[in-house]
Amino acid sequence: MHVRDLIDKIGFRHIAGEKALEKKITGLYCCDLLSWVMSHAKHGDAWITVQTHINVVAIASLLDLSCIIIPEDAEIDGASIRKAEEEDIAILSTPLNSFEIFKLLYEHGIK
Amino acid sequence: MNKDNGINGIKLQYEIIKDDFSRAGEASSNIKKVLRQLGIEDSIIRRTAIVTYEAEMNIVIHSEGGRIKVLINPDQVQIIAEDYGPGIENIELAMQEGYSTAPNRVRELGFGAGMGLPNMKRCSDEFEIQSEKGAATIVTMIIYIKG
Repeated sequence: MHVRDLIDKIGFRHIAGEKALEKKITGLYCCDLLSWVMSHAKHGDAWITVQTHINVVAIASLLDLSCIIIPEDAEIDGASIRKAEEEDIAILSTPLNSFEIFKLLYEHGIK
Repeated sequence: MNKDNGINGIKLQYEIIKDDFSRAGEASSNIKKVLRQLGIEDSIIRRTAIVTYEAEMNIVIHSEGGRIKVLINPDQVQIIAEDYGPGIENIELAMQEGYSTAPNRVRELGFGAGMGLPNMKRCSDEFEIQSEKGAATIVTMIIYIKG
């Protein structure tokens, strides 16, 4: 599954990062404690977080995560969107909560 | 950033500003890009990215500002994070997972999990921290590139 599929097949909203839509999603990770994410998230993971400030973009970039998914329509900082465009990190948004996102991605083959 | 391509390897240096969350992570991102250009193995890049990011955030959150110096040679990456104080009163406590002195405004942003220094130690092959109350903190980390 690729990041683009989250938009085309599941209907997530595309917030930032155009080329990054071609990245492959190899796992899914959910956490809002940044140091915890730093030590546990894996290369290729899609990351669900309600933290939407600029530092989440740095973390996604440093760890080579496939994308950032903002659940439950949490508001996204404008500076983060600009930074994500610069760094080409995909940010997606959805009204779904973390559990519903996990369920959907599992059904689409992220196992 | 100062970049010095000396005989002993590549030296990088970044000034880190206190409370500057908007630029936080930039030094780590730049270091990662240099390592990638040098063709360093992914696992080494990942560990270096983790320790430099945690060091950078520690300087932003806890110090009066400081700098991160990186020396890359064919055998190892050495990272030195040093600040202008105020120093750590109890290093043993600071090294414990989950212990944090971060204020609430920073915790609300997802920082202050008390994982920074333990993450830095875990990802380094050699780790040394020097500090005392009222003095600078200097963290020196080495990540081996070859065995």
